[in-house]
Order: sequence, then structure tokens, then C-alpha cells
Amino acid sequence: MAETKEVATRQPDALQREGRRPELVLRPATDIFEDDDGITLQMDVPGASKERLTLQVNRDRLDVDAEVRIDIPQDMEPVYADVRSTRYQRTFALSGELESDKVDASLKDGVLTLRIPKRPEIRPRKIEVRAD
Amino acid sequence: MFSSLTGFEGGLFEDFRRLQEEIDNLFDQWPATTGVRSVARGTFPPINVGATPDHLEIYLFAAGLDPKKIELSMQQNLLTVTGERELPPNEAVTYYRRERFTGDFRRVVTLPEDVDPDRVEARYRDGVLQITVKRKESAKPRTIQLN
Repeated sequence: MAETKEVATRQPDALQREGRRPELVLRPATDIFEDDDGITLQMDVPGASKERLTLQVNRDRLDVDAEVRIDIPQDMEPVYADVRSTRYQRTFALSGELESDKVDASLKDGVLTLRIPKRPEIRPRKIEVRAD
Repeated sequence: MFSSLTGFEGGLFEDFRRLQEEIDNLFDQWPATTGVRSVARGTFPPINVGATPDHLEIYLFAAGLDPKKIELSMQQNLLTVTGERELPPNEAVTYYRRERFTGDFRRVVTLPEDVDPDRVEARYRDGVLQITVKRKESAKPRTIQLN
């Protein structure tokens, strides 16, 4: 007597569902400071190079996306890993007084520095007190 | 890169690791075994280690270092990396966030017994310190001819 027993059913959309799993990304450690003329962000993105870095400013939103590219021999097996992703991603909300179209970016030794100037009209002014 | 390097990113393994981390944090006092030279997660700089049949690659993700201030030493199979990253606070500005590590660091990695402490190379590029340690010839798998 032949008997069929179903041991497992493959979900038809199993592959797609796997693909939709949010990608594991690294959130780069960031220092942010402000002076009279603007705001500076400094981010640790070790392993990222200029060619694999994307900065996007959309209204008041600044997106940083960088890919890690390091030299890995073909036949290497993993032994230990603190870093478990190849991608840095972080989003910052900017405020209106910043000139988001004038962001200056530089990358050196895995440190990304972003400088965002303030609009000239809102920079603090020294007000002189006249003595009459 | 590390998706292929580690092979356990995402998927069930990642879920399990997260769960384990949460449990670890929850039961901090739990009498679990701790490696004597292991460090808490999140210690600067993060390290990845990979192995091939004839060498080991150690990657330290340490951005913005002065290569002259990095010190490497090998004692048997113990690799020690020390250095400093000074980020002196700027008194003239207002800080909103200071997340980046500043100060002295030291990481010790226990490598397999078969490494050759005399054949170590290191280079620093894009904020990653990559150290290559050769393994001893005698430790490599050999083909033995049958007579």
C-alpha cells in the first residue's frame, strides 16, 4: 500500500521573503559639533573608500551610505568576526538654517568629515553697545 | 565581504546571535565561562580574523589612526596590538554627540598554535589595519606518496 506523507511544504514565496529581510548594516560612530558658522559631523567608516561612498541630501534629510571593501584572500575561512556587515548606513535630520546644498565632505583613513554651513543671515552677530 | 567571510550573517544564525546577546545582557551575572583574554562586545577596535591554509589575516577596523602610533607584538601565538587615538575636545564648539572612541586601546588575539611569529606583515589602508601572519610550513597539510 502506497502512502504519501507530507514532511515539509516549501512556501512558494520563501525565496522572496528571505530577500526582504532587512539587510544588516553598521551604524557608524559619529561626533557632531557646532560652531558659529556651521555644523561638523565626523564618522568612523573604516574600510570605506571614496568610490564606494554615497551622500544624499534630500530636503532636511542627509543619508550616508558606504560600502566596506577590504583585501580578502579567495580561500579564506572566517574564524572570528566583530564586524558582521559590509555596509555603513546612517541618516541625519538637518534643520532649516543649514545650507544643505553646500555640504563639504572629505574622507581620510576611514574618517568621514562633513561640514554643513549655516545660512549667513542667521549666523550669530555680535551687537555692539554704543555708549552715548 | 564579511557576508561571505563569516557566512553566518543574517538568517537564523543572526537571529540566534541577537537573542543570545540579549540573554547575555539580561543575565550578566550568570556564571558563564569567559575567555581570559576575551573582551566585551563593542570594544575598540572591532576585529575580524580569517584563515587560509598558509596564513592568517587579522583586520582591525580602526579609522583615523596615526600608523606610527600603532604597536604590534607577537609572543608565541599571541598577537597584541596597542595604540592610541586622541580626539582632543575642541573647546570652541558645542558637542551634540561624541560617540567615537578616544584614548588608548589594546587588543590581544590568540592565534592558532602553528603561526610563525617571525613572519608578520601589517599595513594600514582606509582605516583598516590588516595583519598577515604566516603559518609554519610543517603545519601545512602535505600529500604523502605511497611507495
